[in-house]
Amino acid sequence: MNKEKRENGEDPRFQIANREALIGIGLVVINFLLWYGTAYGFGSKPVAEYNYIWGLPAWFFYSCIVVTLVMLVLVIVSVKFLYKEVPLDEEEDN
Amino acid sequence: MNWEVVIPLFIFLCSIFVVGFYASRHLSASSSFLHEYFLGSRELGGFILAMTMVATYGSASSFIGGPGVAYEMGLGWVLLAMTQLPTGYFVLSVLGKKFAIVARKIRAVTLIDFLKERYRSKAVVILSALSIIIFLFSAMAAQWVGGARLIESLTGLSYTAALFIFAVSVLVYVIIGGFRAVAITDTIQGVIMFFGTLVILVGTVIAGGGIENIMSDLSAENPNLISPYGPDRSLTPLYVSSFWLLVGVGVVGLPQVAVRAMSYKSSRGMHRALIIGTVVVGFIMVGMHLTGVFARAVLPGIEVGDTVMPRIAMEVLPAWVAGIVLAAPMAAIMSTVDSLLLLVSSAVVKDVYLNYVKPDASDQSIKRFSIGVTAVLGIIVFLMAVNPPDLLIWLNLFSFGGLEASFIWPVVMGLYWKKGNASGAMASIVTGVGSYILFNTFQPNAFGMHTVVMPVLISLVSYVLVSLLTVKRHEETQAFVQENLWKA
Repeated sequence: MNKEKRENGEDPRFQIANREALIGIGLVVINFLLWYGTAYGFGSKPVAEYNYIWGLPAWFFYSCIVVTLVMLVLVIVSVKFLYKEVPLDEEEDN
Repeated sequence: MNWEVVIPLFIFLCSIFVVGFYASRHLSASSSFLHEYFLGSRELGGFILAMTMVATYGSASSFIGGPGVAYEMGLGWVLLAMTQLPTGYFVLSVLGKKFAIVARKIRAVTLIDFLKERYRSKAVVILSALSIIIFLFSAMAAQWVGGARLIESLTGLSYTAALFIFAVSVLVYVIIGGFRAVAITDTIQGVIMFFGTLVILVGTVIAGGGIENIMSDLSAENPNLISPYGPDRSLTPLYVSSFWLLVGVGVVGLPQVAVRAMSYKSSRGMHRALIIGTVVVGFIMVGMHLTGVFARAVLPGIEVGDTVMPRIAMEVLPAWVAGIVLAAPMAAIMSTVDSLLLLVSSAVVKDVYLNYVKPDASDQSIKRFSIGVTAVLGIIVFLMAVNPPDLLIWLNLFSFGGLEASFIWPVVMGLYWKKGNASGAMASIVTGVGSYILFNTFQPNAFGMHTVVMPVLISLVSYVLVSLLTVKRHEETQAFVQENLWKA
């Protein structure tokens, strides 16, 4: 696949771009699942039975605060280890 | 007039002017007026890129409308607001490098420049320029109304006078400074938004006697306020989840956001912007909406949602701090309006005038024309906003949905799917906007999801189907486009 595309003469930077677009989609899917799971997993029982963390209902604490922090960590990790720097200008490319 | 509140706001406005003048110096030094005025010569670094993305996206609805609804709906609305977190990382990941590289290859300055080279069709260009002009106009008008209402409630001036102050402030720096002024002021505004959120959140928690206290006050009033379902249990999981499409993922299709994805200098800056953007969006969205919810325990019984934020700020903070904090929604509104104004102006100047009316205009006359168009557009919006429609947040979301339905597939599929062609893009725009208007009128929130969901799906299907059906007809053009855009 890799080789074939090169032979097509396709800009090699696009492979990196395509991969990062897929990572972006992956991050959104993870974000959604965590958000949905924690919010409705902890939040669907009657309000009287809620647990509280730092004064906030547990469902809220996890879905809006913990998940946001987890996503931030995932974004940092992806950027540091998976995203590649490429030159953007034509001249630098040649 | 409450001078302690007004003076910090006044200082804020003055510093914005200074930036406008600073940026206008770049404008006269730049070799290409168009590149500098509408794109800042593609020189944005990571921090400015992140801030201008967030600030452009975070508008009156994040600071005034959204917290006002959260006040009504309780914690469930904060959950809904968190669907906006992906705007921090998703847009730049998906459009990111590909868009930046392609835009440089074809020397695109606007989103429509890209569509023009990608589809090579006059109809696509004109149709998309029209949707930008129409939809962004209504978005702008809504924001101006928000800005003017805010000044009105803070200073006690009449609505028209407040609108006038707002209009003049924005117009001056956009007209003289262009994109660079917009991006730099967005950055200042983003920083103000960030710290404003922090201060008002802490102030509200203290005034409410701590989070535990606030929560028990709220659940005593109506236990559902602290559930994810809203006070009358109307926020179903499906409905709330559908906002992922509207404000999380679909933002890719917004021209004012997409254009920023081609304005940055290096991929390193973009990487930094991904991280900074996620931090800032996450914090502002949680903080502002949570403040709206907490405000209900501190100041119960506010009738008009839009007045929650200004009133809570003046209630819980010393007046001069409130003035600084209230510069945040002001900043949010201005930073959205300035980008929209410039974008509509670029649609008129670059996409219509230079493409079809006078392609050979000289740099000097382009300059005069651009500045003139920006000014005239500003005045028209002002006149529209003098007699404003209600329900700020919904009007804003209307244009949001319309733009997303028109652009998301022509842009995203145009970048990643080689077989996509002009007929597919036309079909996608027409069915997207058409079905959005129809659904909005006859069947809002169809199947329990936000109205935007069905039109976005329909426009995807028509993009793919029509592109596949018309492969033969576009064979030559497509070969040319692939050579131009994809080859190394």
